[in-house]
Order: sequence, then structure tokens, then C-alpha cells
Amino acid sequence: MMTTVSSFIASTLRLATPTLIAALGIVFSERAGVVNIGTEGMMLMGALAGVMGSYYTGSALLGALIAMLTGCLFAMIFAFFTVSIKADQTVIGTGLNILASGLTITINRAVFGASTSPPKISTFGAVELPLLSRIPILGEAVFSQPLPVYIALLLVPLAQFVMMHCNVGLKVRAVGENPKACDTVGINVSKTRFLAVLYSGIMAGFAGAFVSMGQMTFFTENMIAGGGFIALAAVVFGNYTPLGVLISSLVFGASNAIMFRLQAASTGIPSQFALMLPYVITIAAICVVLRRSNRPASSAKPYIKE
Amino acid sequence: MEILQMHNVSKHFASVIANEKVNLSVEKGEVHALLGENGAGKSTLMNILYGLYTPSEGQIIYKGEEVHIDNPRQAIQKGIGMVHQHFMLIPALTAIENVVLGYKGNQAVLDLQAAAGRFKELAHSYKMDIDPWTRVEDLSVGEQQRLEILKALYRDAELLILDEPTAVLTPQEVDGLFDVIRRLTSEGKTIIFISHKLTEIMQICDRCTVLRSGRVVAHGLPISEIPDANKLAELMVGKDVELETITKSPQLGEVVLRVEGVNARNSRHLPALKNVSFDLREGEILGICGVDGNGQSELIRCITGLMPVESGKIEIDKHDVTHLKPKEILGHKVSHIPEDRLKMGMVAAMNLRENIILMDHDHAPFSDILGFLHWKKIDSYSRELCEKYQVRTPGINELAGNLSGGNQQKLVVGRELERKPHLLIAVHPSRGLDIGATKYIQQRIVEARDKGAAVLMVSTELDEIMELSDRILVIYEGEVMDIVKGHETDRKTLGLLMAGVRPENGHD
Repeated sequence: MMTTVSSFIASTLRLATPTLIAALGIVFSERAGVVNIGTEGMMLMGALAGVMGSYYTGSALLGALIAMLTGCLFAMIFAFFTVSIKADQTVIGTGLNILASGLTITINRAVFGASTSPPKISTFGAVELPLLSRIPILGEAVFSQPLPVYIALLLVPLAQFVMMHCNVGLKVRAVGENPKACDTVGINVSKTRFLAVLYSGIMAGFAGAFVSMGQMTFFTENMIAGGGFIALAAVVFGNYTPLGVLISSLVFGASNAIMFRLQAASTGIPSQFALMLPYVITIAAICVVLRRSNRPASSAKPYIKE
Repeated sequence: MEILQMHNVSKHFASVIANEKVNLSVEKGEVHALLGENGAGKSTLMNILYGLYTPSEGQIIYKGEEVHIDNPRQAIQKGIGMVHQHFMLIPALTAIENVVLGYKGNQAVLDLQAAAGRFKELAHSYKMDIDPWTRVEDLSVGEQQRLEILKALYRDAELLILDEPTAVLTPQEVDGLFDVIRRLTSEGKTIIFISHKLTEIMQICDRCTVLRSGRVVAHGLPISEIPDANKLAELMVGKDVELETITKSPQLGEVVLRVEGVNARNSRHLPALKNVSFDLREGEILGICGVDGNGQSELIRCITGLMPVESGKIEIDKHDVTHLKPKEILGHKVSHIPEDRLKMGMVAAMNLRENIILMDHDHAPFSDILGFLHWKKIDSYSRELCEKYQVRTPGINELAGNLSGGNQQKLVVGRELERKPHLLIAVHPSRGLDIGATKYIQQRIVEARDKGAAVLMVSTELDEIMELSDRILVIYEGEVMDIVKGHETDRKTLGLLMAGVRPENGHD
């Protein structure tokens, strides 16, 4: 029983981490008024870039760094079109997602070939924290995880503090609510939004790298499988705050963990239904989210100066 | 000493000339009025000074030096502050967050406690106390304006531009604002006061510059040399202004509209209307008067079926219309001139003739049973309507969005009046229009009343309410404060009611 609980918590955390990392980035771009629909594509690019980085450098961490850079570059394209030229965010984001899907498949096959046995690369192994990992149940569940899990958890209070108590956080929240008012007090709306999008791209790249090197051990085609959209949903469900995002990511992580368990156990439920579970929970969660929302007033609206 | 001089400043938008060789000189410590009708170019000129627009040509000399102000940040650094007509506040943030937003002295980690301390001290010294930790959406309109002024003072503004500051205030709040203005100038601060309200300018300003169609027609005129408001009006409009009053001839008939104990909640689920009851008869104009946002919009939305009524009853011509759909309600010979012509009154991206048949496109004579539109009839009807209501347009195929505000409003008014309403609902019928267009539309509304229509009119302009209404209903926080006879009341009484103060010895 004890080990069941412990391993359930452990897999919940591990499964929640990509959502959490990506959502911690999106929460800033959302608050700044840009809905980063392209997260899915940025994660996919990150997943491949991370694997390639790790393959060539031999270090998973360096791989993740390269993934973050790739995410940032991809986000720059998105920001250029949506913030600088004020194109429609949904159209550009969707376009980038399709581009990323094709691009990653092409690059993957070109570099690694369509072989059945992928090369072995350095990945994120579990890091046991001294002392803490010996705590019963929790030790195994929480303090024996890959490095990015710890980073993600530490980032939550940090992001919350930056958003609520730092100058840059105030600016981000303000440009998403009323860009015109920000303009009149001398804030550069486009710059603030651009940087917020870049940050969300960096985080999406990191999240993608964790999927390919923390949850899996290599890149597979379209391996993000909607994870970017789940992260977008997690931000809405988490009411646009980093702390809320932590909770919603854990809910999604837990539903994934349940899904795997249902698949493994011979319950008689068709596995297709089990696979649907995380997505059904996502939709249900969005529907019941509180009406008193922090959703920015100028969300998804480009700011055009007169 | 002159703190500001603007020389030959022009601003052209595409083909429109907003300012043409405008000269303005403002002395330190004075209240300088910038007077002109809507669209005369006052706001454009000030947006140039504040760095929001780049002038097409001209020179700005501030404190003796020629300056180029490319963005608001530079204006703020030079000590220029601006309180915009539509407040530039962020409702979801607290007062103090709004104050420090974009402030150049901010550290990476904000010390809001210290900022709040400084803010409170500043607010107290001008007797404009505001709790720094309240969310702006919970502040009253008057408080929001004070917050805007404090926001500028927090940045050490020396020259403060107030764009139509009294438009949203009750008469008592206006007095409060004038006290603040006097305190500011006694400290050597300079105010540019943008307005088209003549009495206020006579009351608070030292000198005035008058703009007409983007050009200066009077430059730095001392107010003390102006005999009366009529002289100012003449300068502003460029001709003698008929200040004739519209005669009231209440030939009262049957009750057309009966509102009984109506309660409703707004989009945030807060009570917006509390037990509202009144009657409106044929041949009568009932003016609804109140500060913007006290339930007027909700009341109209309930009557026209755009918003659900929680409890209570609404009858039109003795038919219960409480839960009917907008289209069914309009079918009871109701015409609605909505509050925002661009958002509710018309489709800006469609042409005039399409806008004109917006409500009547689905029946004869404009279409037949198969759903084909009869463009010949529509065109001739549209041409007649534009002529009759003096809609100035290149043609009926022009997009409605390309007309000037006055012509757009004439179009909406014409369309609604031609539907021969038994109940006419007119919300802010003259908002943003010049004197000529305002008078024209007011006369049309009175005509409709004289023909026997019942008119429900909402306005925030006290003058308009007092001039046109046979009876005046004052609304405050969704409650009917009182219903008074139009000719038995005065500004002060209405002002107090609008602020939620009931007279001590009640009405009969």
C-alpha cells in the first residue's frame, strides 16, 4: 500500500512536470495579453533539440539548454508576427504547430535515420536528495526525481513572487489588462509582450526537453501529443497565477497517472477510454473554473497605437 | 513667465486636418482653458504635447527650450502630466499598483509599502484621500479621477493637462475638483483645462484659447475680459448660437411604458437595478439622469430585452414584455437609439443602405417571402431618409463607419424615428456631437413627442436633461432616487440626488 501511494505520487509529479514548466512560461505571456497557441510546436522543437543537444554534447543539461534556445527562437517568430506585425495569434500559433510537427520529423529522420533502435543518449536520471529522500513515502515520491522536477517546483514560488511583487511582473499584468493606459505612463507595450512571449518559448523548450529526456529516453514523432494545449488549459484552470498553475498541473498529472494505472490493470475498460481520461478531465476542469477570473481584459487582442 | 509655447503646430491624419498652425502659450501658475467643440482638435493638440502623437509640423518650447516629445515617458520626465477623458487606469490592479506602474524610480522588487506611504501623504496634502490598497474597479468615478491626478503629481508633474475632467462628475464633485485645481495653482502648478462647457471655463480659468475646426480663433484671451458665456459660445461655434429653449407641451395620453419593481444583476452578478418602478405616458419625455454607470444602461437593456430581468414586470402598451426577445419587443412599435452608435447602433463595416434596413430587412417592402431583398425600394428609401435627416454622405453605398460622428448619429436617429415609434428610447442621443448636430437631434426627439410618442431619454448632460424632459427620474446605484417635474427643479437638487443624497423633507 505504502509503495503504491508513494509511486503514484512520484508518477503524478513526473507526469505533471512538462505541463507545469510550460504553463509557468505561458502564465506570463497570457498575463501580458498574448495567447501562445504555438506552445505545442515550441515543446516539440524543444523535445528534438534537447535530444540532439544531448547526443552531440553528451550532457542532458546542455541538451536542455539548447532546447530552451530553440524554443526561444521559435517564440521569436511567433512574437514577431503577433506582437510586432499584430497578426492573428491563433492563426500564427497553429501555423507554427504544423511547421514544428513537419520540421521535427524531417530533421529527426535526416539526422538519426528511420532506424528502429535509437542511439543511446544522456538523459535526466533520478537525483536522490540526501536525507530528504529517506523520509517514508514522501522521500521516494518527491525527493527522488529528475533534476527538472525540482527546478519546476522551485520556480513556482519564484514566479509567483516576480509576478506579484516585482516591477516586471506589474508591467506584464498591466499590459495584458489595458495596453493603452500603459502607453500613457511610458511603458513599451510591444517590448513587454515580446519578452513575455520569448520567456514562454524558453520554458516550452525546456518542457519539451523534459518529455524527451526525462519521461522518455529519445525523440519520437509528435511525442508532445497535445501537451502544449494541456499547458494552456492549465493556465486558465489555474486562474492565471503560478500557484494556481501548480495545482492544475498536478491535477492533470494525477489524471495521467490514473490513466496509466487503468491501462496496466486489467479492469476491462477499453484502453482507449483510459487514454481519453486526461483530456476529459481537462475539459471538465475548464468548464467548472471559477467565474471570478484573472483573465486579462486585453487577452489575444493586438495593441495598435493610433 | 511662459512655461509652454506651441508654435504653428499642425497635425494631419491621412486626409483629415486635425490641427492647422496652432499657437498656444501658457503661463506658469495659470489655469488655461482650451475650448472648442467636439472634433475641434483639442485632444489632438494635447496628445501631441504628451507625446502620443507626432506633429506633422511645428515647434514646442517648454520652459524656454525647444523640445521634441516622442513618447509619454519623455513628457512625464519633463514634468508634463495628463488626465485623459477616458481614464488610463487598470481596473484589476490596486490604486497603488496603478500609481507606481511605469514609474521610473521603481526598483526590480517593488516596495509598495513605501510607495503607499508617499502616496498617502501626497493625497492627504491635496485633501484627496484614497485607500492605496483598493482595487480601481471598486473606486467611484470621482475617486478614479482623483487617482489619475495623484498619479501625475506622484511623478512631480508641473504642467497638468485635464481633458474634459468634468464630463463624468456630479455638480458637487465638480466643485471639489475646482478646489483641487485652485490648490494646485496656488503652489505654482500650471493647468491646461480642456472643455466645451462654457460656464465651467468662466468659473475656473484665467485665460482661454479657442479652437474651431483645428485652427485657433482666439488666442490667450483673458477670461476677465469676456462679458458672458454667449460670447464664448459664439467664438467656439463661429456664429450666433440660438439658446432658445424647447417648449414643453405635455399633452399626456395613455400609459405606454410601465416598469414595476424591476430588479436585475449586471455581468458581474452584482445588483444593478433595485426595485425600479415608473410610468411613461404618450406625449411625454422622461429624462433619466444620473452619473454614468448607476444602472442606466442596465435599465435600458432590460426594457429592450438585451438583459434578463430578475424580478418585476415591464409592460409596453399593456402587453407584458418582461421576458420577450429584443425583436419581439421592437415589434411593439419601440425604437431604440442605443448608447454607443458604433457598437450597438450600426454595423460600421456595412454601407448606409444596409444599416438603414437592419431591423426591417426581413419583411415588405424591403424583402419578399422568398428572402430576396428589393434593392430598388431599399435604395429609394435610403436616399429619402438621408435627405430628410440631413445625413451628409457621398452616397448610400458609403460605409457607415466612414461618416463623421454627427452624421452617424443622424443616420441612427433617422432610421429609428422613421419606424414611427410609439415608445422611443434615446440613450445619450447627443454624446460627442457638436452644438449644431445636438440641437438638430434634440428637436427631432421633441417632434416625436409632440406627435404622441412616449420618450425615454438617458443622458449624463444635465443641461440636456433639464431642457428636454417633462419629468426627470434620478437614478443612483440602481435605485430610483426621485422623479421630479422638469420645470420645478434645479441643478443643485439634481446634483445631490445624483450623488445619492435624498432631500431631508421628502417630496409629496
